[in-house]
Amino acid sequence: MQVGIDLGSRTIKVAVVEDGRMIDYRIAESGFDPHGQALEMIKQYKPSKIVATGYGRHLAQKHFAHDVITEIKAHAIGARYHFPECTTVVDIGGQDSKVISLGANGSVVNFQMNDKCAAGTGRFLEIMATSLGFALDEFGPAALESDQEVAINSMRTVFAESEVVSMKNRGIPPKDVANAVHLSVVNRLTAMLNRVGFGESIVFSGGVARNPCIVKMLQERLDCVKVESPSAPDIVGALGAALYADRC
Amino acid sequence: MEAARFEVKPYPEMWESLDMDVPRFDKARQMLGEVYGKMFMSQPNRPEKMAYFDDMISEIFGRRIQEMIDVKKEGRPIVGTFCVYIPEEVVVAAGGVCVGLCGGSPGSIPDAEKILPRNICPMVKSAFGFKVGKICPYFQVVDFVYGETTCDAKKKTWEILDRLVPTHVMEIPQMKNARDKTLWFEEVKDFKTKVEEVCQKTISTDDLAAAIKVINNKRRALQRLTKVRASSPAPISGKDALLIEQIAFYDEPVRFAEKVNELCDELEERARNGEGVIDSSAPRVMVSGTPMALPNWKVHNLIEAAGAVVVNEESCIGTRYFKDLIDENKSTMDEQLDALTDRYMKIDCSCFTPNYERIDQILKEYKDSNAQGILHYSLQFCHTYNIEEIKVREACEKEGIPYLSIESDYSPEDVGQLQTRIEAFLEQIRG
Ligand code: SF4
Ligand code: SF4
Repeated sequence: MQVGIDLGSRTIKVAVVEDGRMIDYRIAESGFDPHGQALEMIKQYKPSKIVATGYGRHLAQKHFAHDVITEIKAHAIGARYHFPECTTVVDIGGQDSKVISLGANGSVVNFQMNDKCAAGTGRFLEIMATSLGFALDEFGPAALESDQEVAINSMRTVFAESEVVSMKNRGIPPKDVANAVHLSVVNRLTAMLNRVGFGESIVFSGGVARNPCIVKMLQERLDCVKVESPSAPDIVGALGAALYADRC
Repeated sequence: MEAARFEVKPYPEMWESLDMDVPRFDKARQMLGEVYGKMFMSQPNRPEKMAYFDDMISEIFGRRIQEMIDVKKEGRPIVGTFCVYIPEEVVVAAGGVCVGLCGGSPGSIPDAEKILPRNICPMVKSAFGFKVGKICPYFQVVDFVYGETTCDAKKKTWEILDRLVPTHVMEIPQMKNARDKTLWFEEVKDFKTKVEEVCQKTISTDDLAAAIKVINNKRRALQRLTKVRASSPAPISGKDALLIEQIAFYDEPVRFAEKVNELCDELEERARNGEGVIDSSAPRVMVSGTPMALPNWKVHNLIEAAGAVVVNEESCIGTRYFKDLIDENKSTMDEQLDALTDRYMKIDCSCFTPNYERIDQILKEYKDSNAQGILHYSLQFCHTYNIEEIKVREACEKEGIPYLSIESDYSPEDVGQLQTRIEAFLEQIRG
């Protein structure tokens, strides 16, 4: 049995693998004591090896993990578990978004991450949802109801936020503003995809993959490309770490 | 020397005499000492001969400044520069001292942003801020600054800097045709006249020949250092090598060359015995791009903290500064200046267009240094390097060279993200 643990800035994800198959997984808020939380989450398992990934990987290695890999490599491995042929992975997590291009053998050949600004990440969607008065899980569905295309021009979170406020003040319906916010995230994503290059099918992971509007817009944008998501998109990184532990 | 005990020595009275903001500068001094102690002194298997360079940092705000003050007392000038295009041989021939003033610290940026726009290169802001805040003894000690017309950020900053310190400007051509060389030749002559005027001394052919030798020898020593870094395991860390390349811009050139050569003796011995600072299995990374001015060790530190080693810097604080020498066998002043001009026209800075030579040079250095991947580093808002990055990337893709491009400034904000990207890059190299 191997455990992979993905210590993100907001949540911790754990995936458990036995004989190369995922047998369990868990997700919890990082809270004020991520180290304690992580230990709590894995204490019921008896793994031969623990591999950590994510923002807190080095902290985990100091205390309990046997090895670390980056989120990039972890997502590459995790995505291949679900879609063995995939050559492109898009991951939008809380603090960052990334596009990873894989070689035929599954190794990482190229990748891009967003710069230090939050735009284009889950956090950006969350900030915008809050300022428009939506709960996060209503945000995507609300945007889908819009049939008006309005655009946000600014790519920077702070400016985008004031643009959103001024749209609200101009009386543009919240669902249309929501639509514009989603569109701006997808525009960023496609720009990154174009830089890295992509194949015929794209695996979309990370919590934002559960947002139906982002998925739909991305699919529309990339026309002849198939956009697929695993059933538990949040734990792709943790799963990749666990599978890595299994391999070596 | 222990990491905890490393200190950059204070010289408050000297600073006072240079009209500095002493209390504020003293804090910066302490911080530099702490950072240096942590980043440098604890490295495993460091070459013994690094002791001289540690001492140069310990005395960076003291002894070296005193040496410059003494030079000034003899009526010889201290010239501040910001570009490897300014011919330091001419200054040395006139008995003066050339010092590179490029800024690599975030501490002075708020001072600069009181005046300059925020969205320009951090190196320019950092340097300008040092002068505004009176928090760099080198800036305080120079008699005048010689700027150049390379990038827009610098070119236009000179006009503002001139209000704080006399700032002259050399026109650097943008292309490398015959008429550009003619222009540059004229500029070199004007530069010589200006330096002679300040020094009240006419530079003889012997003076210039001697100066060319001195600077050539400095460049030769650095070439030798680069060469020995190609051996595996790496005999010296990239951080230490970068440090030496940075010190090259303010140390006394004859002594510096001697010390670099002494270090190279030790490193060559290490190479013969198969000794190194890190196991030969550690990924070898070459860094290419914008200069990393003291104390900008951010990227090297991240790469080496992740278990890899930097083996080459294709940059102006790096090989671009010393890869070419001046022909020493010229006898008339015109011939000498012509040979000097030739050497300087080989500098493959991204401010030139086109600049194919740089791509070839990068690939050559990649091979020569036995690197396994190239990390392109561009300072934020440096348009020329940022755009030229496209060609570097394409060349690496074509050659199948693992490649990562980073754009960053001096703030610590993006360290976490850079760490992830660099580690992922190393995973790629390790396969
Ligand atoms: S990068 Fe260009 S402008 Fe900067 S020091 Fe080098 S030659 Fe001068
Ligand atoms: S790094 Fe680029 S923008 Fe900055 S001073 Fe050098 S050439 Fe100019």
